[in-house]
Amino acid sequence: MGGYGDVQLLRDDGLRLDGRKLDEMRPVTIEAGILPAADGSAKVTHGLNVAVAAVYGPMEAHPRKIQRQDRAVIDVRYNMAPFSTSDRIRPGFNRRSREISKVTAEALESVVLVERFPRSKIRVEIEILAAEAGTRCAGITAAAVALADAGIPMRDLIVGVASGKVEDTVVLDLDKAEDNYGQADLPVGILPNTGEIAFLQMDGDLSPAEFELAMEYNFKAAKEIHEIMVDALRRRYEGGEA
Amino acid sequence: MSQGQTGAEQRLVTPGMAVGPSAGKRAGSGIVAADNQFIATQLGWLQERNNTVSIDPIHAAYMPRSGDLIVGMVAEVRNNLWFMDINGSFQGLLPMSLAPWKVEFGAARQHMDIGDVVLARVQEVDECHNVVLTMKGVGLRRLKQGAVESLPVQHIDRVRGPNNERLQRLRDACDCRIMVGENGRVWIDGSSDGIKQAREAIHAIAKAAHHTDIDTILNELEKNMKGDA
Repeated sequence: MGGYGDVQLLRDDGLRLDGRKLDEMRPVTIEAGILPAADGSAKVTHGLNVAVAAVYGPMEAHPRKIQRQDRAVIDVRYNMAPFSTSDRIRPGFNRRSREISKVTAEALESVVLVERFPRSKIRVEIEILAAEAGTRCAGITAAAVALADAGIPMRDLIVGVASGKVEDTVVLDLDKAEDNYGQADLPVGILPNTGEIAFLQMDGDLSPAEFELAMEYNFKAAKEIHEIMVDALRRRYEGGEA
Repeated sequence: MSQGQTGAEQRLVTPGMAVGPSAGKRAGSGIVAADNQFIATQLGWLQERNNTVSIDPIHAAYMPRSGDLIVGMVAEVRNNLWFMDINGSFQGLLPMSLAPWKVEFGAARQHMDIGDVVLARVQEVDECHNVVLTMKGVGLRRLKQGAVESLPVQHIDRVRGPNNERLQRLRDACDCRIMVGENGRVWIDGSSDGIKQAREAIHAIAKAAHHTDIDTILNELEKNMKGDA
């Protein structure tokens, strides 16, 4: 992030390199309940990103020092598989995965009714199998569907979505080239039914007007993704399982 | 929900979904009221009974309540108490003073060891989810034979049916003693064939209870058992 002036990210006809419009999202598909061993699970493909989330619990929080007497703690582990990018990623936690695990846990804690489960822990495992910019957003979306699938009470289904700026133009849902060579990235976690924002990060610079437009794009995309999430849960349970 | 459901009446709701106006109605489990609207907080089937709107959840964890009859399994033994796996978020504690035997300090293991199964009752649950169990009461005992099967907690009422009618049908069809704990553990005792049939029926119920009328599953079971005889 920081802008590379000589990299062309918008075509002469005003579309983006992959042919999308400025406010067009990459295709999203969601599947709920893919892991039989987990209490709840989901797979999200967002463009070329593939994120799998598994939820376990609520269970007794261990070690006991992490227990909260009045609420549950959400333990998120975000991890990128070594084969998820073209360069092999060294397995295990790193600075980036710790940061994303932390912000994701904080976003989910504001949505889950944690006060229902004192001294408990809800474990959320997010594994990124393929990465192409926007993995934290795909991870949050997958975690939300997996939490719903596990029957965890929540205020809303949180949706992860991002906008950004390339060539001084605000665009929705950055792909890898736009993320690497663009000027700004604005991932947010949105509660589509209430319009609240559960997490927001910004990398790069946006003017107030650009920020407004980026958020407008984000809210629009969040509504679309939310419909896909609900549809995934309907397909899973109205189809005859449960 | 005691009846099996049919497709046309069901409405699956997801967390955050507005499920209707709150005026004149009460919010049941899985529902919160906000801005004169009822909002779902859990994934499940919407139901309205006795002017109360609630959610019949797809998945639910066992939340112990005082007085629950449960099937527990010994998970840890100390000098003067047992920790029981009660299929919930937390283990239940059975002190030797609430055991049905006179237990000397340090001799708890001689009465029950890890893996033993008991029929117990929840004596007390505090606000921090500490669960105390008791085995003092009619019928509460160590279960020395039979098999233990699991059933999703949200299906227990459906399996029992009104006045335990369905459970009795299942007992009669399999010729087994069957006890359904509030914690989703089912104890089955009888002939090996009967236990097998009961386990299969419970698996079928667990798999399809939201969609299929449980009476259909029981009818099928009764037909099969008659056919075998």
